Amino acid sequence: MSDNLVQIRDLSFTYGDRMVLQGINLNARRGQVIAIMGNSGCGKTTLMRLIGGQVRPTAGQILVDGISVGELDMHGLYDLRRRMGMLFQFGALFTDMTVYDNVAFQLREHTDLPEAMIKDLVLMKLQAVGLRGAQVLMPSELSGGMARRVALARAVALDPMLMMYDEPFAGLDPISLGVIGNLIRRLTDTLGMTSLVVTHDIQESLKIVDYVYFISEGVIEAEGTPAEIKASGLPYVHQFVHGEMDGPVPFHYPSPAYPSDLGLTQ
Amino acid sequence: MAMKRSTLDLWVGVFVAAGLAALMFLAFKVGSMGAFDVASSYTIKAEFENVGGLKVRAPVKSAGVVVGRVSDIHFNPETYEAEVMLNIGERFKFPKDSSVAIMTSGLLGEQYIALEAGGDDKMLADGETLKITQSAVVLENLIGQFLYNKGDGDDSGKTAK
Amino acid sequence: MIDGITAFLRQLGARFTNAIWRLGMASRFLVLTLMYSGTSFRRFHLVIKEVFNAGVLSLIIILVSGLFVGMVLGLQGYETLQTYGSEEALGVLVALSLVRELGPVVAALLFASRAGSAITAEIGLMKATEQLSALEMMALNPIARVIAPRFWGAVISMPMLAAMFSAMGVFGGYLVGVVLLGVDEGAFWSQMQAAVDFRDDIVNGIIKSAVFGVAITLIALFEGYDAPPTAEGVSRATTRTVVTSSLAVLALDFVLTSFMFRGVG
Repeated sequence: MSDNLVQIRDLSFTYGDRMVLQGINLNARRGQVIAIMGNSGCGKTTLMRLIGGQVRPTAGQILVDGISVGELDMHGLYDLRRRMGMLFQFGALFTDMTVYDNVAFQLREHTDLPEAMIKDLVLMKLQAVGLRGAQVLMPSELSGGMARRVALARAVALDPMLMMYDEPFAGLDPISLGVIGNLIRRLTDTLGMTSLVVTHDIQESLKIVDYVYFISEGVIEAEGTPAEIKASGLPYVHQFVHGEMDGPVPFHYPSPAYPSDLGLTQ
Repeated sequence: MAMKRSTLDLWVGVFVAAGLAALMFLAFKVGSMGAFDVASSYTIKAEFENVGGLKVRAPVKSAGVVVGRVSDIHFNPETYEAEVMLNIGERFKFPKDSSVAIMTSGLLGEQYIALEAGGDDKMLADGETLKITQSAVVLENLIGQFLYNKGDGDDSGKTAK
Repeated sequence: MIDGITAFLRQLGARFTNAIWRLGMASRFLVLTLMYSGTSFRRFHLVIKEVFNAGVLSLIIILVSGLFVGMVLGLQGYETLQTYGSEEALGVLVALSLVRELGPVVAALLFASRAGSAITAEIGLMKATEQLSALEMMALNPIARVIAPRFWGAVISMPMLAAMFSAMGVFGGYLVGVVLLGVDEGAFWSQMQAAVDFRDDIVNGIIKSAVFGVAITLIALFEGYDAPPTAEGVSRATTRTVVTSSLAVLALDFVLTSFMFRGVG
């Protein structure tokens, strides 16, 4: 058994004639929290959809627990997905079900467990995210941070080997931000999962992750442990870590010279 | 709010019951399913010289009560007559020598078939043909006849003079 | 000039290809829905819930509209028939117009704007909020779990709603004709019963409404499933559902009527 739960080799993906990802190599060791970072629209969400098998690679290979995701048929894919969990950006809770039913959903769909045992499992997961008291609420009655915690409880209901998080920190207040960050780390360690966090929130993720990949314009620009990233001299990483306005990622959208646009030159 | 499963089931039950009740109402109160059941009927044939404006689905009445419907009208190229198929309800039996006539309800109303029972002991069976028929009264012929008779009357008046 | 004509023709061609393409996608979508309908019947409660959403929630608008349409038919029919001295035929007029045409068609148009738009908006929002992706990532087929139950729920509801509309309409015509305007009650019902045939009128009307139900539901589900996952995309798709399905109902009505009542009084 390989030490790496996820292995990506020379992965490329084109959408229409637009190159989204090119020559990606990435490994996720078992039990680690890996961050995939980059500015908006760099293809990191696509990378996650590729790992989940929702889209297929144009070239290259993705191995999850030794299984090549791109070559699976529908049946094999669904079998693999039962061992994966995914936290969507805004939770994607089923709006017509209570918090309890949302978390119980996968247990009811995929197992024949008696209702009493499902109840124990649901309460356990809800307890882990601190929302056991909110089990009768509807998703519309939850705050953004609470909804994401419920979604997290739902995603780990079947104790997946791999958890993926799509922008788990987007649009959260500082307290919820810390809570979600801690939960990701704690659940990964206690449930023995491997976690892939797609995010652009560098400060929060550097606190909890084991390894970071930087993607820019579809290629991996830099990688390393949080300490290495913080000390990195690469201009792109430096700009990203320190949130500088101008740099390799320019402030100005490509444009002709300012004076000529204003009609100041003859 | 999530609705409780039992409440939901109750509502859907009420809905389905109301739907079936509406169907029953349409079938028995609006439609003629109670009076004349299409499922159990037998067919007899009648030949007419002229069916006038008779249409498929026109009622077959006996003593003014609907007992069946016209199921098909077509032209017989051998006899040069119109063949009319009549669907009669299973529970209405008529003697073999019954007669049919095409009548009009009201002056301009729709045409129907009047079936008059005969006196025979034997009853009509499926596929049999009625012998005695009376064609539709065609208004144009009637008017023509009337004018012709009137002309005759005038002439006779002159000769008498 | 030539350029203008070329551009016009190109645009026309593009629209035509696009329409054909969407029609193909919708047909494929219907086949997939039918293929993955097993879950809906194994776990019939999923369908019952959608009968509630599509049928029970449309009940009020259908019953009230049916009553009023029948009452108006009663009034207008009475006015016209009175000039020929045949008010007794009011029952025939009200019942035949409702059972053959107005019941299935008007109920379908109301259903398209009440239930059809709700289905599109719901599916579109489920897509926009990634609930459909979430199902996929939970190894559940969204077509089997979300689309097919809604399809069957709505298809079951539509003929019942049309029957209720017609029944309410006949009752409305009775209220105006017999109770209000004094048409003879016996003649009203007996002439109606003599003229309305169970198979040719009532069953055909129900077949019509079932076909309309399939068309509306398919359009509503497809538009929702196909909507761009944004607020604007969902609202546009909802509008398109109402417009397209209303047109589809009227066009299908013409086709069905010409097949069903050809050569019949």
